[in-house]
Amino acid sequence: MLDILVPDFRVIAPELILIVTAFVIIFWELITRTARHGMSIFLGAAGTLVALAVTASLAQKTISTFGDALVLDPFASFFKMIFLVGLLLTIAISTRYMVDEGTKDHSEYYGLLILAVVGMMVLATGRELITIFLGLELMSMSLYVLAGLFKTDVRSNEAALKYFVLGSFATCFMLFGMSYIYGIAGTTHLRQIGRAIAENPALLADKGLILGMFTLLVGFAFKISAVPFHQWTPDVYEGAPTSVTAFMSAGPKAAAFAAMIRVLMEALPLMKTDWELLFTVVAVLTMTVGNLVALAQESVKRMLAYSSIAHVGYILIAFVASVGGHADRALSAILFYLLAYTFMNTGAFAILIFLRREGISGEKLDDFAGLSRRSPIGALAMLIFLFSLAGIPPTAGFAAKLSVFYAAVQGGYYALVVIGVINSAVAAYYYLRVVVVMYMQEPATEGGYAGTSPLLWAGIALALAGTIVLGVLPGGVLEAARLSVISLL
Amino acid sequence: MTDAVALVPLFPLLAVLVNLFIGKRLSKKAVGILACGAVGASLGASVLAVAGLMAMEVGHRSVEVILFPWIVSGGFQVPIGFLLDPLSAVMILVVTGVGFLIHVYSTGYMHEDAGFARYFLFLNLFVFAMLLLVLGNSYLLLFIGWEGVGLCSYLLIGFWFTKDSASDAGKKAFIVNRVGDFGFILGMLLIVYHFGTLHYGQVFARAPELFHAGDLPMVLITALLFVGAMGKSAQLPLHVWLPDAMEGPTPVSALIHAATMVTAGVYMVCRSSALYELAPVILSLVAVIGCLTAFFAGTIALVQNDIKRVLAYSTVSQLGYMFLAAGVGAYVAAIFHLVTHAFFKALLFLGSGSVIHALHEEQDIRKMGGLKKYMPTTHRTFVIGSLAIAGIPPLAGFMSKDEILYEVFNAGKGTGWVLLWIGGIVTALMTAFYMFRLVYLTFYGESRMDEEVEKHVHESPPPITVPLTILAVLSAVGGFLGIPVIKKWNIMHNWLGEAFHAAAEHTTEAATHAASAVSHLTVELGLMTVSVVVAVSGILIARTIILRRPALAEKMRNDYSFLYSLFLNKWWVDELYDLTIVNPLKRFADMCWSVFDVKGIDGTVNGTAKVANVSGGVLRKLQTGFVQNYALGIVIGLALMLVLAFF
Amino acid sequence: MITLTHYLVLGAIVFLIGIMGVLLRRNVIIILLSIELMLNAVNINMVAFSDYLQNMSGQVFVFFIMTVAAAEAAIGLAIVVVLFRNRETIDVDRINVMRW
Repeated sequence: MLDILVPDFRVIAPELILIVTAFVIIFWELITRTARHGMSIFLGAAGTLVALAVTASLAQKTISTFGDALVLDPFASFFKMIFLVGLLLTIAISTRYMVDEGTKDHSEYYGLLILAVVGMMVLATGRELITIFLGLELMSMSLYVLAGLFKTDVRSNEAALKYFVLGSFATCFMLFGMSYIYGIAGTTHLRQIGRAIAENPALLADKGLILGMFTLLVGFAFKISAVPFHQWTPDVYEGAPTSVTAFMSAGPKAAAFAAMIRVLMEALPLMKTDWELLFTVVAVLTMTVGNLVALAQESVKRMLAYSSIAHVGYILIAFVASVGGHADRALSAILFYLLAYTFMNTGAFAILIFLRREGISGEKLDDFAGLSRRSPIGALAMLIFLFSLAGIPPTAGFAAKLSVFYAAVQGGYYALVVIGVINSAVAAYYYLRVVVVMYMQEPATEGGYAGTSPLLWAGIALALAGTIVLGVLPGGVLEAARLSVISLL
Repeated sequence: MTDAVALVPLFPLLAVLVNLFIGKRLSKKAVGILACGAVGASLGASVLAVAGLMAMEVGHRSVEVILFPWIVSGGFQVPIGFLLDPLSAVMILVVTGVGFLIHVYSTGYMHEDAGFARYFLFLNLFVFAMLLLVLGNSYLLLFIGWEGVGLCSYLLIGFWFTKDSASDAGKKAFIVNRVGDFGFILGMLLIVYHFGTLHYGQVFARAPELFHAGDLPMVLITALLFVGAMGKSAQLPLHVWLPDAMEGPTPVSALIHAATMVTAGVYMVCRSSALYELAPVILSLVAVIGCLTAFFAGTIALVQNDIKRVLAYSTVSQLGYMFLAAGVGAYVAAIFHLVTHAFFKALLFLGSGSVIHALHEEQDIRKMGGLKKYMPTTHRTFVIGSLAIAGIPPLAGFMSKDEILYEVFNAGKGTGWVLLWIGGIVTALMTAFYMFRLVYLTFYGESRMDEEVEKHVHESPPPITVPLTILAVLSAVGGFLGIPVIKKWNIMHNWLGEAFHAAAEHTTEAATHAASAVSHLTVELGLMTVSVVVAVSGILIARTIILRRPALAEKMRNDYSFLYSLFLNKWWVDELYDLTIVNPLKRFADMCWSVFDVKGIDGTVNGTAKVANVSGGVLRKLQTGFVQNYALGIVIGLALMLVLAFF
Repeated sequence: MITLTHYLVLGAIVFLIGIMGVLLRRNVIIILLSIELMLNAVNINMVAFSDYLQNMSGQVFVFFIMTVAAAEAAIGLAIVVVLFRNRETIDVDRINVMRW
């Protein structure tokens, strides 16, 4: 009798919903031959909400399927929520922007956004090098196209090209590393790799395995834009459409972190000593370079790109701290930070979109001059996002930094904490420069905004709510994050 | 009734929200009523809560209202709540009381300003943050308030942002305070590390169990916290921002830079008395820095010509007194002086605002004079305030300052402490002098105003004079809260005593020590006489020099030209910073910077920022824009990683 | 006898050639080809390990890599075409509008 294994589709239920949504959006336009922007938005948002509901209902479950190649555990569920929140925010802030920019490719845009999220979800659920690779590629390829969405804009073209060439280049390293890990450990399954190493400690000193691990980490370091693998970030963030930049800076980074945490915790936990030092150096470099270069930027969009690099540095502090005994606290700080960052950073980009007018990109520092006069609520929202990014209480950014630094103090990484605190002090300067311009300079030109719409406001409001609620009531989410990482340890 | 404490910060917050959303559509009158009403309601709630606290049994007067658990994750717990005890009770009464008067005053003062609604938005936000700061039950909430008041201060200093000096001053305040905050954050992290919590109750209860006096962690924590206090309360050497902060509207100077925010450092040190008692070294340091600051700022105030700058340096000087008191363990005296200072310094600032307003934004006292006849109420109240700060009995300043000097004298820690006392008494002499120099130059003598200005001089309207009068009354009678000599009648001591258990033992010990030497009544009365003599002579000297014999002033200026210019130029501290920190940094920066197209950055503290900017500028050049260079970066990164791994 | 090591050395050499191509060639098309070269170097590794370990995973992995590479090439070429339309060059030395 042939024994057919029926996979448990609950594991990939949100993914399936999103894939269907994406295809309906794309094919709807192909079949009806009419560009229906509203329909794309509606379908996209509805699909996202359904996926969110399904994810939430499965949040406590731990199920694995497809021969344990995909696993749904609270850890994966937490990340899926981050991605879906990011997607929802992005859809909300893109609507008017896409119309204003005059692009006709609405269905591709929303379809690709959704497919990118499917890729991220696979990354977070993958417990196989193969599935991780596939998730990463699905995510990246959607992003390459999204970055170049404005086909007539030279900067958008350039962003896509740079992202594509460097992204594929980094993926090659990652695959090279995977091939060696597979060869030495004899399997591509993360848990089995971990078991193989545990059973044969001689492997720990194996040069091939170390080479494999480090080349693999190059791929992840590239995706999270850690220094010195960060150089694509500012160019791509600047050139890509602003809504895409907002999307890229939160979800994909979180997805890369999810996969990296899973690989290192499940497959390579015994090689801690090797990657602890590496990430210490990288964390310091990432924070410092990101912040210093951000100081010298005149474009707010580019400044936010460098600031996102700096934030990765803070998150890496917690990553290093996970070695020091309180792994649950350190990893939950990472999860919390990523969620907080999704809200505050997407919010800041939403204000950039909000500012965009005829002839004004909304990206230059001068565009913010006198915003407090022209739109007090817009200025206040930006103020809160910037404060959160700067880590000033009582915002999400502060709670996130506090939990990261607390984890590092508990682990005994004082030097890292001191460097982190100094870095935050430096960072406050460039964030508050924008506040100064908003509140203490006369507007250079008069004029209304082309870019407001109810959905954009809804997106800003959602981001604000997240930023404030996570700042004022971080307890529940932080504890949920802690419980979700325990399954990994 | 003590539960009303939760309402105290709520009202200003509501006002902020209302103002934010519909402030633009409201009339000025409505905005004013909203803002004043909120702080007034807050004052009412404070009174209720404090009355409830008074009804409780002595020794158990401490209520904690937990609002919600902020972070509960693993073993890490941070509940958010308010702590109402005698110390915070005093603080909320001062903040809401003085705050209310200043709000009322502002409706008159800012009436013509285009940013009326924005102004009250910031001001209410400030009151909210300040209340969080003093009511918080943990260092975390203290810190949240601490950052909040800093932000409001920063925004309000630069309120008239069209003036370059105003936005520069805002920037300077911000950067100097970052230095302080940096210490404060590290101090907090150390507290978390050693105690696993930021909650006051737990930290203070565990501190004596875990540590002995003088243990390194305690020394480090208190030192770092004090760095924060130095920034916020403008103590040497981080005092440079406060005088520049006078660029803000005058009621702001009164509320934030005199009565409340700058005293946050004093409050924090007193609140942490349980920790400071375990670090005697740092406590002595607090006293020494306080005394030095008091003296140093006093000398500068002697010769300044800007009415608000005199008051600003005077504030720095009086804050020094408070730290001096805290440093010798006389926390009650420190808080007492904080309260009386809030009364008379707010009064003086508001009075100066009234003058400035009447003279069309003239702040130079050399262009005033003879204002007595034009502005009778302002004159009267200003003189009362000056008498109070100068230390003439029985006004408020006399009572509190005298108590500080008495405590310092009695601290009994050897000859060094006598020097502190001498520093205090000399500062008192200077205080009396500079205040009355100000009074005489402004209100007496011949008018030195422009004719055009003189024609329009008038007494200010009631929204301005009424708060002045109330504050004048408070400055006159506020001192009776802490009647000296007869301890039984000393309300301040009886009320606050239980807030400082550890310190109480400390001072009783000192008191018995002193009692064994001389009868302490004799000492107290003797010291009082000295203070009075000093204060009166200060006033008389000012009178002689300014009114009777202006030629003498000229002569002294020439004879002691070095001292004069030393004081006039604020001991060249700004220049010293320029020379030692800012300029070398700038020169270094310029070297690198000349390569790049960048406008020169002025201001003193900006040099540091520039270095960061320059390194940023250099680093960004690595970002060439060529995709192959980025790819090379990846390869080099991998190569370095492998080197790290294999060698 | 050709051992695992031979295959791995070959894979490493092809991978290095690919890296050099990406770093040194100016034409975007050649760079894309070099990336394909790197991917195929990985495929050599995978197949060699798979044969050595007598384990199928490596070969499955190779199929996925090949599929993804095809998709990647399609996207890459599309990006190059769009870029060429706007800039009339595919020389990476001229593509640095955004920097610093």
